[in-house]
This record gives sequence, structure tokens and C-alpha cells, in this order.
Amino acid sequence: MNIGIIVFPGSNCDRDCAHVVSEVMGESAHFIWHQETTVKGMDVIILPGGFSYGDYLRTGSIARFSPIMEAVIEFANSGGIVLGICNGFQILLEAGLLPGAMSHNKDLSFICEEVYVRVENADTPFTNQCQSGQVLKLPIAHADGNYYTDPVTLSALQANAQIVFRYCDKDGNVMSTANPNGSLDNIAGIRNAQGNVLGLMPHPERCAEIILSNQQGRFIFESVLTSFKGNVSVSV
Amino acid sequence: MKARIYITLKDGIHDPQGRAVQQSLHMLGFEAVQDVRMGKFLEVDLQTTEKESAEVQVKNMCQKLLANMVIEDFRYELIN
Repeated sequence: MNIGIIVFPGSNCDRDCAHVVSEVMGESAHFIWHQETTVKGMDVIILPGGFSYGDYLRTGSIARFSPIMEAVIEFANSGGIVLGICNGFQILLEAGLLPGAMSHNKDLSFICEEVYVRVENADTPFTNQCQSGQVLKLPIAHADGNYYTDPVTLSALQANAQIVFRYCDKDGNVMSTANPNGSLDNIAGIRNAQGNVLGLMPHPERCAEIILSNQQGRFIFESVLTSFKGNVSVSV
Repeated sequence: MKARIYITLKDGIHDPQGRAVQQSLHMLGFEAVQDVRMGKFLEVDLQTTEKESAEVQVKNMCQKLLANMVIEDFRYELIN
């Protein structure tokens, strides 16, 4: 499988993603510089975390107009699998590939810690190796993860099972005290209506190996692989 | 022509920065402060003297890049 990882000036999780794709999953990772104009030959596109363009103006707002983004939007609109992690999620929102917007964390702090998220929809190319309701422990590292959208869009997200991950406690209870950043409805990750684009704030690429004492991020990478290749065993 | 552009959060959007500033002002004794909302201010130099064309361009740049219309509003003044 060919997985394209878009590299913006200021991306800093691109190599982590490539490491997981090639060393842990055994697939081919391809770095695609933001000045490129094609994603031809790629099966999956990852928009990695980081601080593209220094987060100037708003997170993701300038990266969204990088030359490569036209190709990414076309790829997504023709059904291609796109995964946006953290800053990648913010870019997907700014690009309009996912609805809503991010603002500052409610307490203004940059939060770098492990959190729990509940899998709300296990019937997606990104979560098919999870159980519905499963609790994953994943790291977050962001200052702007406070998801917002208008009430009409929120209702549509809920009705179409587009909310894929919600912040919860370790037992899976979704409640305000388990919400690290003030995100609307405890949203940690959403997919588009077509189901081929996912954005999430946690970093699955930072927890996909035993040496890191947490491999739960593998569920997401192995789900994507499974959606292409059939069953891939998950041993976490 | 110069455009002075103000980007502000829409009503009802949580503004933790504004709140932190408000609390700080209270601590300094400015108790009359009811609310603080923080936004962005941009000065954009435009190579045009035509007000109409400037207006179209400024609106366009705000909607496309400078403001996120999901959470922000914009207004502007044009100065010769």
C-alpha cells in the first residue's frame, strides 16, 4: 500500500507517521512536499500533526492553501481515504473537507497528555478493527483542540454517526470532566458524510509500538490497512 | 488605499483569552469591566484608489482566508 504523508513547513509528526507506516505496518510511506501538485499513485493520504506555517492567523488556515491541497481535496472528493491528525485535522476543517472549526483550548494551555476516547462508530475505514464503545488511550498535544460547529451541523454529525471519537474517562463515560479542551459534545474526531475523511486530535502515530508502552494507535492504522487489504491481525 | 480589518469571534463563541484578560483587569481593580472579547486587527495596503474594487477584494480576502466564518465575523474601514 502507498501512503502519502503531506509535509508542510512546520509539520513535525510526518516522520513519526512514516515510521509507523513503514516500520510497524510494513507499508510504503511517501513524503509529499506541500509545493507538489499531485498525489497520484497514493492509496491513502495522511495530513500529519505539527505547526504548519507556525499556526499563524489560525491553525491550518495557511496550509489549507498550499499547492498540494488542491490535489488532496480532489483525492478526498473522489473517495480517497484521508486521515488528518491534530494539525492535519485543523487543516481539514479549514479546507472544508470536514465541517466546523477549532478554537483555543478552554483553559488556554497547551495540553500534552494521554487521554481516553470512546469509539463511537466502529464502522469506518479508520476504526473497523475497534469495537463500538471501545475505550482507547491516546496522547494529545495541542493548544487549539476546542471543536466548535453550529447546532444544525452538530445535529447532522450526530444523526449520521460522523462523530467517531469522543473524550471520555477510562471507563468510557463521556462527561465534561473528561473533556480536556472544551470541545463541543466532547468531540475528539469526526468523519465526513461520505465516510472517507477522518480528522482526530489525538496522535495514534505516537502510540503504535510496545517500546512506547502503548500500542493502541495501531487500531487506527490497522483499520485503514484492513479496509484495503482485508483482515490484518491486531495484537495490542 | 488602506483597509483596516477587524476579525472578531461571533457572539456565543467561547473566548478564553478575553476571559483571562477580563479576570486580570478585575484583579487590577477595573471592576466596571463587564466583558472582554479579543480579536484580530489587520492593516492591508491595497494598490487601488477605487473604493468599490477595494471593497470587493477585502470582502473576498476576509471570507477566503482572514476570517473563519464558522466562528468569526469581520468588518473593515477603507482609508485613502
